[in-house]
Amino acid sequence: MPALPDAARREPLVTLTGVSKSFGAVQALRPVDFKVAVGECVGLVGHNGAGKSTLMNVVAGVLQASGGTLSLGGHRTLGGPAYDIRAAHEAGVRCVFQELSLCPNLTVAEQARIAHPSLHGFGWRRKAAAMMGQALDAIFPGHGIAMDDTVGRLTIGRRQMVEIARAFTESTGPAQLVILDEPTSSLDAEVAEQLVAHIRRFVELGRGVILISHKINEILAASDRVVVMRDGGIVAERLRQGTTREDLVGAMGHVAERARAVRISSATADQVVAMASGGPGSLGLTAARGEIVGLAGLAGHGQTEALLRIQQAAARRDRAVTLRATVALVAGDRTADGIFPLWSIERNMSARWLPHMTRHGLIDRAIERSEAARWRERLALRTPDLRDPILSLSGGNQQKALFARALGSPAQLILMDDPMRGVDIGTKQDVYAMIADEAGHGRSFLWYTTEVDELFHCDRVYVFNAGRIVAEIAAADLSEDAVVRASFQEHA
Amino acid sequence: MMAILKARLGGAPWLWSFLGAAAAWGATLIAAHGQGGGQILTAAFTFSAFTVLVSLGQMLVITTGPGNVDLSIPSVIALSGAVAMLTMNERPEMMLPGLVAAIAAGAAVGIANYGLIRLLRIPPIIATLSSSLVVTSIAITVGRGLTVKPPQLFADLVSFRFAGIPLLAVVALAAAVVVALTLERTVYGRSVSAIGQSRRVAQLAGLSVERTRLLTYLISGALAGLTGALIAGFSGGNALDQGQEYLLLTIAVVVIGGTAVSGGRASVPGVWGAALFMFLIVTMLNAAGTAPGLRTLLTGLIIIAVIAIGGGEKLRP
Amino acid sequence: MTSRRLLVLAERLLPALTLALLLAAIFHQQPRAMSYFGLNLLLNLAVPIVFATLAQMVVIAVNDLDLSIGAYVSLVACIGATLLVQTPWLGVLALLGAVVLYAAVGALIAWRGLPSIVVTLGLSFVWLGLAVTVLPTPGGHAPAWLATTMGWKPPLAPLALWIAAVVSLVGWFAVTRSSLGVVLRGAGGNARSVARAGWSLMAIRVAVYATAGILGLLSGLSLLGLTTSGDANIASRYTLISIASVILGGASFVGGRVFPVGAVLGAMTLTLAASFLTFMRISPDWQVGAQGLILIAVLAIRAVLARGKEAAP
Repeated sequence: MPALPDAARREPLVTLTGVSKSFGAVQALRPVDFKVAVGECVGLVGHNGAGKSTLMNVVAGVLQASGGTLSLGGHRTLGGPAYDIRAAHEAGVRCVFQELSLCPNLTVAEQARIAHPSLHGFGWRRKAAAMMGQALDAIFPGHGIAMDDTVGRLTIGRRQMVEIARAFTESTGPAQLVILDEPTSSLDAEVAEQLVAHIRRFVELGRGVILISHKINEILAASDRVVVMRDGGIVAERLRQGTTREDLVGAMGHVAERARAVRISSATADQVVAMASGGPGSLGLTAARGEIVGLAGLAGHGQTEALLRIQQAAARRDRAVTLRATVALVAGDRTADGIFPLWSIERNMSARWLPHMTRHGLIDRAIERSEAARWRERLALRTPDLRDPILSLSGGNQQKALFARALGSPAQLILMDDPMRGVDIGTKQDVYAMIADEAGHGRSFLWYTTEVDELFHCDRVYVFNAGRIVAEIAAADLSEDAVVRASFQEHA
Repeated sequence: MMAILKARLGGAPWLWSFLGAAAAWGATLIAAHGQGGGQILTAAFTFSAFTVLVSLGQMLVITTGPGNVDLSIPSVIALSGAVAMLTMNERPEMMLPGLVAAIAAGAAVGIANYGLIRLLRIPPIIATLSSSLVVTSIAITVGRGLTVKPPQLFADLVSFRFAGIPLLAVVALAAAVVVALTLERTVYGRSVSAIGQSRRVAQLAGLSVERTRLLTYLISGALAGLTGALIAGFSGGNALDQGQEYLLLTIAVVVIGGTAVSGGRASVPGVWGAALFMFLIVTMLNAAGTAPGLRTLLTGLIIIAVIAIGGGEKLRP
Repeated sequence: MTSRRLLVLAERLLPALTLALLLAAIFHQQPRAMSYFGLNLLLNLAVPIVFATLAQMVVIAVNDLDLSIGAYVSLVACIGATLLVQTPWLGVLALLGAVVLYAAVGALIAWRGLPSIVVTLGLSFVWLGLAVTVLPTPGGHAPAWLATTMGWKPPLAPLALWIAAVVSLVGWFAVTRSSLGVVLRGAGGNARSVARAGWSLMAIRVAVYATAGILGLLSGLSLLGLTTSGDANIASRYTLISIASVILGGASFVGGRVFPVGAVLGAMTLTLAASFLTFMRISPDWQVGAQGLILIAVLAIRAVLARGKEAAP
């Protein structure tokens, strides 16, 4: 195919000027300037919560910007409702969202019909099948997917391939700009390379791609330009030429090194939990009484699953898990895993204590109340009344209630699932101190965190990567670099 | 601040059902020129007692979360009525064994319901629907189409009144108090509300989800069993269609009483309020000379209006 | 063919196998049933149930549940037995009004995000109230054309079989094959994804409930044609039977997995289950129970197949 002249390439496809987005008081996106030119693939990197997905959702019309202007194929808006999913779709913006958004009960061909309302009438099925078939053949030659396969029955990798292919299909208008949010999370290396090759071919046609990925090599292979985000803003921008993965990892990186209190380990020799290796290339996991064990790695690489498995082993026997202590979990995803939204703060706290405060089969309300009050003091939980609904609290205080739920129980092993999400710095310091204190009294902690800084509160750290435990780092050898290196290691 | 205010005001959604019941009673009195208010109340408390007893079970089931509903209640009432009457066989000394047998029959159906849900991994609606079909046939077979009269003592007891207060209403009130206490003060009760809000969160908080569900279906069955025996005693013998109206009535009473359809929040007083309301609204329309068709139609519109105003409760705010 | 594919196939054929097994048992017991007349007798009551089942199926396709279909079918039969005979234009208007009301309820459910099960529960009282108002005591009579239509003896096979075949074909085409059917099932499978592609979930629900209303109309009229008189409670059992038939036909409650042909087969199976007992000389007391047991048995087989599928590679 003919290469485009340089002048045409510089023409912008989409331009965002000072676009910001806030959810209530939380600013998810600080005002940013961002553009994609004709014939360009822009890579977008950053840690979890850096604002990448928010930015892309604004471009795709899923979220309306709180401020700034966005211009794209003639649409120019100031965060109003004029630019929505439909307008974006008509302007040729296609999006592959991070969570799979296919209909699992429909066939591969039928997915095209959902995305393209113009597909109807006699022979639509053949057209849809041809459309999806061509896209799949072009991007993933040898994909082995039949057009009448039901999507729900495909492997997760193939589902992801179908979703990617659908984004590149065209009916009434061309796909001008394709946004891919972590498209290769479930693809193996060979297939991911096919996608990278297709992205290059696609932009050569004068189209645009925005690629979000944690796989730095993939970003470097596919993009013309890489944009680095951190804390809701754009912090760096590099051309592909001359950029190395170290540059990018560095730019994504870290909060300035601060003086850390040296943790004196309270770990003992008796093991309270052991989980066998989950397969080749994976280490096992153990924790001793009084020990704080960190689970590191990128989000979604198997840390939560490991914690849930241990939690479940308390109720149902699991051959891979040896448990010698009672277990309580501190959820990090408060909405999905932690909060009982209809209940008061007190009840949310006491949910895990109940069996231990009954007398003659009845819950002793006096004990429940006094215990809750004690934990409010201990955790400096700010609320006028513990009988207020849990949702009246700020996120950080809700999280304190969840800590109280676990720590107030007799459980000796506390599992923590990235519990500091959206928690302010003051609260964090309080909780760190309490964890160290509790460990000193013989409790053990398995602490999954996405914040590297928190790992320095641990005695030992396991690094997760693609569902496996790939490294074990003792406190003495712990450095941000070591963790990042193990997390970004790619198994080709 | 808004959230607190809303929770305090919304904390008693059952008040509305009592206000509705009072309004319906008042309107009836006006229509009847102030005559027979006491008698109406006595009748209301008697019939509401049955409704309350079964609806308490339905309430527990619905509170365990979306999709949970017990459709087998009418068939259990038919079955347990027959079981009770046959066991008693008009002998007063068999009264207690008859009641126990009826409750046990209901509880057995409850366990079977849970077994189907768990083993076949099917939604509770389908499980209780299929079991209701089978139980209906068992009820027919057990009853053999005969109506056995209750022992005179039993019939007297279930229609006994003291100063206009029916004994049955006292029993239903006691049951309501026990259920309220259970919800508030036992691990099981708290678990019911917890798994109704989120089964996943409850499980992660270390509550036993499966035991709670089993107990809930068992209790619902047992209460329907007890009610079946009482209805048979009250209406002079068992009959197959004695439970029919309770399929829709229990769901309506639970929802109007302020129990969240999406689960997690039960309202025990609301069951009483809504049961009285449903009875008195019919009485009122009767007194106003409304045709039976219009009566039913208005009942339907009231249910729809209550749920539409109560609004789309999302499971997760 | 992998064992997994085999299990999937078995799952798909289950409704047909259930019906075939039931028919075979009936024919074995009573060879005379294997005639035009016998089949007609066995199956003619299946026609209204088939329509009611399809109405329930489109509602289940979008993850809702309709507890009012039985009362609605009764209402249609009552209007048919009275207004439609006395003042035909008023009868037609009343029937159309009922369909519009159905669609409006769909809009209400979508607009307020209400649980369909409670709204349709209330709606069932509305239908019943209207039916009692139209026809306070059982009676009335079917319009002559309706009775004639339902009594028609077409060549080759009884009317019920013809209707079942045609309806299966139309249903299969509309729900499984057509482009609109894909959107319908898509809304049940992943409503968010369908909305993200720019479809209106409100419009989909209105269309679903209007369709249910029209199918319920056909159910009520065909029932009236068969029974020739109306009754406000004539079809109250249809609510539960229609849910059971849809599930028997292989559908799931959630996820937009519905199968029109299976649903029709399920409706016929449950109709036959009742007659089956008569032929087996089992007490008619077990008519209802047999429907329940067949349902449980089929669901048990399906659970076993599903477990096999999980274990298979």
